[in-house]
Amino acid sequence: MKLLYFAWLRTRIGIGEETVEPPPEVRTVADLLNWLPTRGANFAQALADPNAIRVAVNQDYAKPADPILPGDEVALFPPVTGG
Amino acid sequence: MAVRVQREDFDLGKELAGLTRGNTAIGGVTSFVGLVRDLTDDKGLSAMTLEHYPGMTERMLERIDSEAHDRWPLEATLIVHRYGRMEPGEQIVLVIAASAHRQAAFEACHFLIDWLKTQAPFWKVEEARDGTAEWVEARDSDDDAAARWEK
Repeated sequence: MKLLYFAWLRTRIGIGEETVEPPPEVRTVADLLNWLPTRGANFAQALADPNAIRVAVNQDYAKPADPILPGDEVALFPPVTGG
Repeated sequence: MAVRVQREDFDLGKELAGLTRGNTAIGGVTSFVGLVRDLTDDKGLSAMTLEHYPGMTERMLERIDSEAHDRWPLEATLIVHRYGRMEPGEQIVLVIAASAHRQAAFEACHFLIDWLKTQAPFWKVEEARDGTAEWVEARDSDDDAAARWEK
């Protein structure tokens, strides 16, 4: 699974993208947001407030209950500020 | 209908002429141009950098554009959004909506910019003159503006 991080999530985590193999019990977006903070202090700090995180699965906005699969591209980012 | 995501600046007059040329069914064109605003706080803004999510950005802009065409009888639309580093006064975003009548053009243009601000994956980081950089926080007023268009 490819993970992408944008804006302050990228700067706080320290990487823009990575490929991960989450444990099999990680089946949804919500599961992923619970698992990632266990990977290190940078993740725990950046993801401390789940309400501040938006998630896109395969470039579409996703909800916490949406499923994620091994080949997916999952992006995590703060609320958008374009325009 | 067209969307473009680019580093380069744009020329409103050229874009407007290009969009309407040859289509005499168009009776009204509305455009919105967003500029980099200098912050009013005492630090002052030296520049702003827009980061985006290539791929998803184009996809979301196309979806927003298509939604406008579903809601209003539009003859033509254009969304141009820049990314990269920009200084105060520079143009960031352009939205144009053209229709047979002004009401659809005005409403669609307003809808496009309101929706784009809350849906398109762009993030601004502001550099102050003292060298510090801060990510811009999303504003509730933008969500409220977009919520007006929810059906």
